[in-house]
Amino acid sequence: MCLAIPALIKSIENKEAEAEIGGITRRISLWLTPEAKVGDYVIVHTGYAINILDQREAEETLSLLEQIARLGENEG
Amino acid sequence: MKYISEFRRSELAQGLITQIHRQSKTPVRFMEFCGGHTVTIFRYGIRQLLPKTIEMVSGPGCPICVTANADLDKAIALAQIPGVIIATFGDMLKVPGSDSSLQEAKAGGADVRMVYSTMDALKIAEDNPDNAIVFLGIGFETTAPTIAVSILQAEEKDIKNYYVLSLHKLCPPVIKALLDSGEVKLHGLICPGHVSAIIGSQPWEFIARDYAVPCVVSGFEPLDILQSVDMLVNQVEKGRSQVEIAYRRGVCPEGNRQALKLMREVFEPRPALWRGMGGIPGSGLKLRKKYQRFDAEFAFDIRPSPTREPAGCICGDILRGVKTPADCKLFGKTCTPENPVGPCMVSSEGSCSASYLYGGGFE
Repeated sequence: MCLAIPALIKSIENKEAEAEIGGITRRISLWLTPEAKVGDYVIVHTGYAINILDQREAEETLSLLEQIARLGENEG
Repeated sequence: MKYISEFRRSELAQGLITQIHRQSKTPVRFMEFCGGHTVTIFRYGIRQLLPKTIEMVSGPGCPICVTANADLDKAIALAQIPGVIIATFGDMLKVPGSDSSLQEAKAGGADVRMVYSTMDALKIAEDNPDNAIVFLGIGFETTAPTIAVSILQAEEKDIKNYYVLSLHKLCPPVIKALLDSGEVKLHGLICPGHVSAIIGSQPWEFIARDYAVPCVVSGFEPLDILQSVDMLVNQVEKGRSQVEIAYRRGVCPEGNRQALKLMREVFEPRPALWRGMGGIPGSGLKLRKKYQRFDAEFAFDIRPSPTREPAGCICGDILRGVKTPADCKLFGKTCTPENPVGPCMVSSEGSCSASYLYGGGFE
């Protein structure tokens, strides 16, 4: 029910955007994320962008997980 | 960065699994609150990847599942009123109420329409000015702001035939009720990621502080869940209880201020009924007086049939984490996704449905 998926904003008109979700373009509402810009990835829930995804945080998380994986290999 | 495939990399999963096995010494029980997490855990067989020291139980984080029969009966009664069109998210259609489901009401002539978004429901209202459109407001803090926006838009566009039956529920109060009941001893909580995208991580602080239960806010990909389990294990083994965020790309401590502002503009807290848990103070949302004309409970004389619970169904116990689908005598026999007896089998994120589809590690 709280299912939400990443979508890439392609264009913005008023409080709505065209966004690409898994290769399909959909119209989404930006009422909840008025600061979203073209090129941002947002999390879309029932047609509404509920947050902007933070690329820097995502990269930091992945780099932490890569460190953990290397640690496991070295010990294993 | 596409934010999906990157968080499914098997070599990174292996690293986390190795670290969890190495770190985990104390026998613990962790709850994943959210049905979306339950689905990820079952789909990727995560329970089977964890050491024997870690038991995972599913929580009540499935809005369809926790909707009480008494409330569902109100929706079905509304559907019977001439001229009313019910607009609802698809999962609700098959949930059996006391006497029938919305799907059966539709088969009997009621106008019940499945929508993907409140934007679709508003469009139905604009296209059918002679009907009253009632949107079934079901969902947690993730969904409530989108319903709030639909009401603000209806007001802005002066749409007079749009109503909401507000059955929204709030997550922190039900977790408090679960912990207060003492029925299930928890050593860690995986907090819902998209609820937290709205409310932030701060509303979970009381769990770590007052109940000494470590909390980690998780995303929905397999690496997110494994990382969250790893972070919980780390807290347990170091004797810490804090609120941490594994899903940092989507959640910040203070949440989405705009969404919270709009939700609070339209709704105020009220007590709500939860399946299996009864009434919980401050755990629901109702429309503020200013928006009462959009409130279906205010606008219609709703006469639901007397509430009955399905015989033999233990969804209530499963939602509290006291029992599992394996304990249910109906599971997979008289209760299947095609012919569900209880809501945990209807909703795609109910733990019975997830167990049925992906195998629940039943012996």
